[in-house]
Amino acid sequence: MAIEVIKPGLATTVQDVGRPGYYNVGIPLSGALDQYALRVANLLVGNDEGAAVLEASLLAPELVFRAPAIIAITGAEATPKINGEARPRNESFAVKADDRLTFDFMRSGARSYVAVAGGVDVPVVLGSRSTYGLGALGGFSGRKVAAGDVLPVGQPRPGARAGRALAGDLAPSYPKSLELRVVTGLYFHRLTDEAARTFFEDTWTVAPEADRIGYRYRKGRPLSFRERKQPFGAGSDPSNIVDAGYPYGSIQVPGGLEPIILHRDAVSGGGYAMIGTVISADMDRVAQMQPNNLARFVAVDMAAALKARAEYKAREARLRALLSA
Amino acid sequence: MSAIRYSFGADEHVFAEIDEGMSLEAFFKGMAICKELEKRRIPGVSEICPSNASYLVRFDPDVIHTDKMMATLQEIEAQIGDAEIDLPTRIVELPVFYNDPWTNETGQRFRERHQDPNSSDIEYTARINGFKSIDDFIAAHSGAPWFVSMVGFVAGLPWLYQIVERSKQIEAPKYLRPRTDTPKLTIGFGGCFVAIYSVRGAGGYQMLGITPAPIYDPEQKLPYFKDFLAVFKPGDIVKFKPISRQEYDRDIKAVEAGTFDLTFRPVNFSLKDFHKDPGGYSRRLVEVLYGH
Repeated sequence: MAIEVIKPGLATTVQDVGRPGYYNVGIPLSGALDQYALRVANLLVGNDEGAAVLEASLLAPELVFRAPAIIAITGAEATPKINGEARPRNESFAVKADDRLTFDFMRSGARSYVAVAGGVDVPVVLGSRSTYGLGALGGFSGRKVAAGDVLPVGQPRPGARAGRALAGDLAPSYPKSLELRVVTGLYFHRLTDEAARTFFEDTWTVAPEADRIGYRYRKGRPLSFRERKQPFGAGSDPSNIVDAGYPYGSIQVPGGLEPIILHRDAVSGGGYAMIGTVISADMDRVAQMQPNNLARFVAVDMAAALKARAEYKAREARLRALLSA
Repeated sequence: MSAIRYSFGADEHVFAEIDEGMSLEAFFKGMAICKELEKRRIPGVSEICPSNASYLVRFDPDVIHTDKMMATLQEIEAQIGDAEIDLPTRIVELPVFYNDPWTNETGQRFRERHQDPNSSDIEYTARINGFKSIDDFIAAHSGAPWFVSMVGFVAGLPWLYQIVERSKQIEAPKYLRPRTDTPKLTIGFGGCFVAIYSVRGAGGYQMLGITPAPIYDPEQKLPYFKDFLAVFKPGDIVKFKPISRQEYDRDIKAVEAGTFDLTFRPVNFSLKDFHKDPGGYSRRLVEVLYGH
């Protein structure tokens, strides 16, 4: 079994749960930006929940299946079509040899996931099939897919079947305006009192520069950093620090202008002060934001971050219970 | 140095700032803590990243509670204290074609983003650091060896900090606005750090030269990529060796033929001995390379 890429879409890559353990040499986690949608897609087709899928960004690809298969589409609200006929999202269905998958535009959400029973069977590199584009590593030849690529598919599990569907409240929606919860810290103290306030007061707009590396936001008031004699080795701008490691989800504001949330293909470190970190439970929601969607940042403490995490995990557990049955 | 400043990066990270400013002491302390943390193999800890004057840990709070994670790092800090730290590591010589035509050409394309549009990057960096000529600058830059003080930004990109007294540290600002292009394997310089661009891409560091030696290769073609696809690890010591255009061309041919190699030799770095005689200690480090 294999999948042929007819049109690649804007940025379609092979992703799985990611590649932890190499951040200290600049190789980021990678993996599906929306991990929940990844797990849903795989469980629907009877795969291990962390198997490799295709992740489409904003403009989905056109694909042809070379043999019969069970597939499922999750993530962004974009109607999938087989040979021009609408099919459900969040439900597994069968395709025949030479069936053609296309998508309507993404009405909400920014990442669609295509899981196929058996998983996308590219080589495992450093423990993962995920694509890390900047490092030309993993995935299909270390890059986003291109027209004419033929992606191998593994052996489906015996349990793979059509008609497995997600129950209502386990299917996420992707609002165009949302709140992102942030634990302040890292170099938050470098902001002026006014900036520390306006960052949370203003509504921020997702910029066109929103990708797997990071999400850039604009249209809030500029943020000033406290003046100081810069420490030895830090740059001359007050938003500079001695180059340091960047947490996933951390927010930096180069020059005080546009906050950037680093995502799973993060640059692992640099010299811009990070002012806080988006909580782990909200990172999938960041990934589904389209350019021009709106966000407000809300400061929360660690207890709230851990509570949100527990709720996220509980939802995952319900998902497994529902779809593994 | 004051006490380490700890901060959570939401629910999955601890960031520890050893010192606001860069120094060998801060770097050494971060390395020592990271090494001890690695040795303990704590379940739930997935990333341990030493970086210049700080370090970053990523962990799973469902496996090790946030408070327990923090307490563990503070306990390691107390255990290490201000003990004199020796670092068993390795040293390698890296050929550099300083003032090369390719980075100069790239610099020319982005002159309006530079502090001094009328100089090249290396002329500017040499001048503001008080060197009489580019040759004098190259002699200082390639004289004393450098520590790899962080690897990151992108895959396999090392930051390096020169092993000299503070008074001899070279410093330079980054470009006013970053370039959208930097040749692969450019030797960049910004703040007090060298960065070797492992892949082609955007960048804001002054461009001083280029090395023929690949430092990141997912295909692991050359002999020194046998074990891993990135060459450098934090703590490695690098001595730059100035080479000519002819030597550069010869090395590039060897890279293409798959015969190019780098030699690493084991060495022990003692911060105490360095402080007693910085110049002499640097020279002795380099002698290890030549088998003395």
